[in-house]
Amino acid sequence: MRALGASVVAIVLTTAVLGLGYPALMTAFATVAFPSQAGGSLIERNGVVVGSALSAQGFSSPRYFHERPSATTPAYNAAATTFSNLGPTNPALAKLVGRNARAVLRLERPFNPGLTIHDIPVDAVVPSGSGIDPDISPAYAQLQARRVASVRHLALATVKRLISEHTSGRALGFFGEPGVDVLELNLALDRLGGV
Amino acid sequence: MQGWWQIAFYAAVLVALSYPLGIWMARVYTREGDDVVERRFLRILGKDASTDQDWKGYAKSVLVFTVAFTAFLYALLRLQGHLFLNPAHLPGVPWQVALNTTASFVTNTNWQYYGGETTMSYLSQMAGLAVQNFVSAGVGMAVLAAVIRGIARRGSGQGLGNFWRDLYRSIVYILLPLSIVLSVILLSQGVVQTFHGPASATTLQHAHQTIARGPFASQIAIKQLGTNGGGAYNSNSAVPFENPTSVSNFFEVLAILLIPFAQVVMFGRMVAARRHAWVLYAAVFAIFAIGVAVAYPAEQHGSSVLRNSGVNITTGHGQSGGNMTDKEVRFGIANTALWATATTDVSNGSVNGGHDAFTPAGGAVPLVNMFLGEVQPGGVGSGLYGLFFYVLIAVFVAGLMVGRTPEWLGKKIEAREMKLAAIGALFVPTMVLVMTAAAIVTKSGLASIFNPGAHGFTETLYAYTSQSNNNGSAFAGYGATDFSTTLGTVALYFGRLVPLLAGLAIGGSLAVKKTVPFSAGTFRTDGATFGVMLFGVIGLTAGLMILPALTLGPIVEGLMH
Repeated sequence: MRALGASVVAIVLTTAVLGLGYPALMTAFATVAFPSQAGGSLIERNGVVVGSALSAQGFSSPRYFHERPSATTPAYNAAATTFSNLGPTNPALAKLVGRNARAVLRLERPFNPGLTIHDIPVDAVVPSGSGIDPDISPAYAQLQARRVASVRHLALATVKRLISEHTSGRALGFFGEPGVDVLELNLALDRLGGV
Repeated sequence: MQGWWQIAFYAAVLVALSYPLGIWMARVYTREGDDVVERRFLRILGKDASTDQDWKGYAKSVLVFTVAFTAFLYALLRLQGHLFLNPAHLPGVPWQVALNTTASFVTNTNWQYYGGETTMSYLSQMAGLAVQNFVSAGVGMAVLAAVIRGIARRGSGQGLGNFWRDLYRSIVYILLPLSIVLSVILLSQGVVQTFHGPASATTLQHAHQTIARGPFASQIAIKQLGTNGGGAYNSNSAVPFENPTSVSNFFEVLAILLIPFAQVVMFGRMVAARRHAWVLYAAVFAIFAIGVAVAYPAEQHGSSVLRNSGVNITTGHGQSGGNMTDKEVRFGIANTALWATATTDVSNGSVNGGHDAFTPAGGAVPLVNMFLGEVQPGGVGSGLYGLFFYVLIAVFVAGLMVGRTPEWLGKKIEAREMKLAAIGALFVPTMVLVMTAAAIVTKSGLASIFNPGAHGFTETLYAYTSQSNNNGSAFAGYGATDFSTTLGTVALYFGRLVPLLAGLAIGGSLAVKKTVPFSAGTFRTDGATFGVMLFGVIGLTAGLMILPALTLGPIVEGLMH
C-alpha cells in the first residue's frame, strides 16, 4: 500500500511538472524567441495565410512547380500525414510508379522534346514519407523549369536562377541533402509577375 | 561517399558526447546526499521513498507505479473528449486503441496503432503521452542503476538503492535538462510549439488547407532522448513539423543513441571496470556499424521495382537517388538508413521514413537489430541490463571452453544467475516467434497484412518483434484489428516486465555474493577476446533464432526479385 500511495503522489507531480509545466515553459519561450517557427512556419501574402514553408499543398497548375506524390487522403493532407507503406516488391508500387512517370512525361515532354523516363528523378514518382514533403530534388526542379518558363513567358535562365536561389544546400556544407522548397519557389515566381 | 562522411561525422560526435555524459550520469546515481527539492519530493511520497530497497522491494515499487500509471493514462485517453486543450474537438480514444497505446507508452515502446494528429488531443499528447516519455525512460534508467549497484556491491547488505530517488534523479538531472536543450535546438529549426489549434491556409491555387500543429517540440525532444519514439504526427519524424531540416535531423538521431551509449560509460565507472565497459562499448558499436553498412548501400541500390521502372535512381546530378519511396528529400538515403539503424539498435522506434517501403536487405537491418533484443546498446536502462544477460552467457560459455569457473567483475556466476540470464535473453525472442506464428496461421491475424507475398510475412514478424522488444517502429502497413492490438498489448507488457524482473533479480543475486579475488585462473573480460566472444554470443543466441524466420521474409523477398 505504501508503494501505491507513493505512486499516486508521483503521478500527480510528474503530470503537473512534466506534462503541463515543461511544455508551457517551452511554449512561452518559443512564443518569444521563435514565434514564426513555433506557429508552423506559416507564410502570408497580402495578409492571407497561403500555406506553410514546411508543407506541400498540391500544386497542379502548369504555371507552378509541382511537388512529389503523396499517399495521404486526400493527397497533401497536412492534417493526416502518412506513408504509402508500399513494399519494395509490391506490384501496386510498380503500377503507381508507372502511372506517375507517364503523368510527368505527359506534362513535361511538350516543353522538353526527347524527354524519356530515364530522365525522371526518382523522387518525382514515389510518395514521400510524410505525404507533405515540402521539397523536391534540384534534379526534379530542373526538369520542370522549361515548362514553367514557357507557360509564364519567362526566360529559362530567370527560372533557373530562382531555382538555385531557393535550393537549400547541405547544413555545414555536408549534412543532409539539397532540396528545393516548392511553395517558396512558386511564391518567388508569382512575385516576378509573368502571365 | 558524401553519405559515408555524414555517417562518420555522426559516429564521431556520438562517441565524443557519450563519454562526458556517462561520467556525469555515474555521479548522478552515486552521489551521497539529496538536493533540497529531492528531499522534499521523497518526503511527500512517504515511507516507500525513504528506505534502501532490496531487489524485491525495488521491483514492487516499479510494478505498482507502472500499474497505477497505466490506469491513469487509460482514463485520460478515454476521457479526452470531455477535457480541455482539445482544439480539434477529438472524441475519446476507442478502448482497444487506448489499451494498446497505454501499454505502449508505459512500457517505453510507443508503438502507434493510431495517427497522432487525428486521434490525440493536445492534453493527451503532453500530459499523457509525453509524461510517459519521461517516466517510462526514467523507470528504465532507475532499474539499470539498481542492477549496477547490485553488481558493484562489495560487502554486506542487500540494498540496491531506492526506486523513487533513482527515478527523480533520472528525470531531474538527466532527461529534463537534455530535453530543454534539445527543444531549443528543434524550435530554432522550425518544429512547432503552440497551443493554438490547426492552422488554416488558402493555397496559391485557392484551395483550403488545414495544417495540424501543437505543443510538439517539447514532446519530440523527450521522445528522442528517452528512447520512446512515439510521434506527434502519424508519419513521425518524417513530418517536417516534427523534423524540418537536416540539422534538426542530426540532433534527433543523435539523441536516439546518446544516453544509451553514455550508460555504457556510466556502467564502467560505477563498477570500477572501465576497460570492461569499453569492450562492451566496442562490441555493440560494431553491431551498429554493421547495420548502417548494410542498410545504406541496400537503400541506395534501390528496390527491384524502381530499378526496373526505368526512372533515374542514380545518385548525383541534383538528387540522392536510390529507394526514395516513403523517404523525404531533405534527408535522402544516408540519413534515413542511419536513422533506421539507430532507432532499432535501441528501443526508440521513431522513424524519419517508412520502413515498410525499405528494400528487403534494408528492412532486414532494423528487424534483426530489434530481434537481438536491442542491446546495441539498447533502450535507456532496459538495453544495458539486456546486454548483461548476453555478457553472463558469454562469460559462462567462455568459462566452459577453457575450463574455468565463470566469474564476472569479481562475482562467481552460478546456476541461479545463468537461469535468470537465459530467461532474460531468450524469453522475448521466443515470444516473438510464437506470436508471429499465431498471427500467420489465423485468419484474424492475416487480416492486418497490407503488402502481398513474403513482404506481408515480414510485416507481421516486424510488428511482434517491435512490440515485444518495446521498440515501436513499424512496417506501418500492418493494420490495427482487435486481434493485433490485443496480441500486441500482451507482447508489450511481457516484453517489458520479464527482462526487467530478470535483470533486477540478477542484481539482487549478485549483490549478496562474496567477492572472489582476481587470480591467474580468472577469465579476463576486459580484452578484445571477450569483445569478440560477446559479439559471437549475441549472434549465436538471438541471431540464430531469427534466421529461419528471416528466410521466410526478407531473404525470400530479396531472392525472388
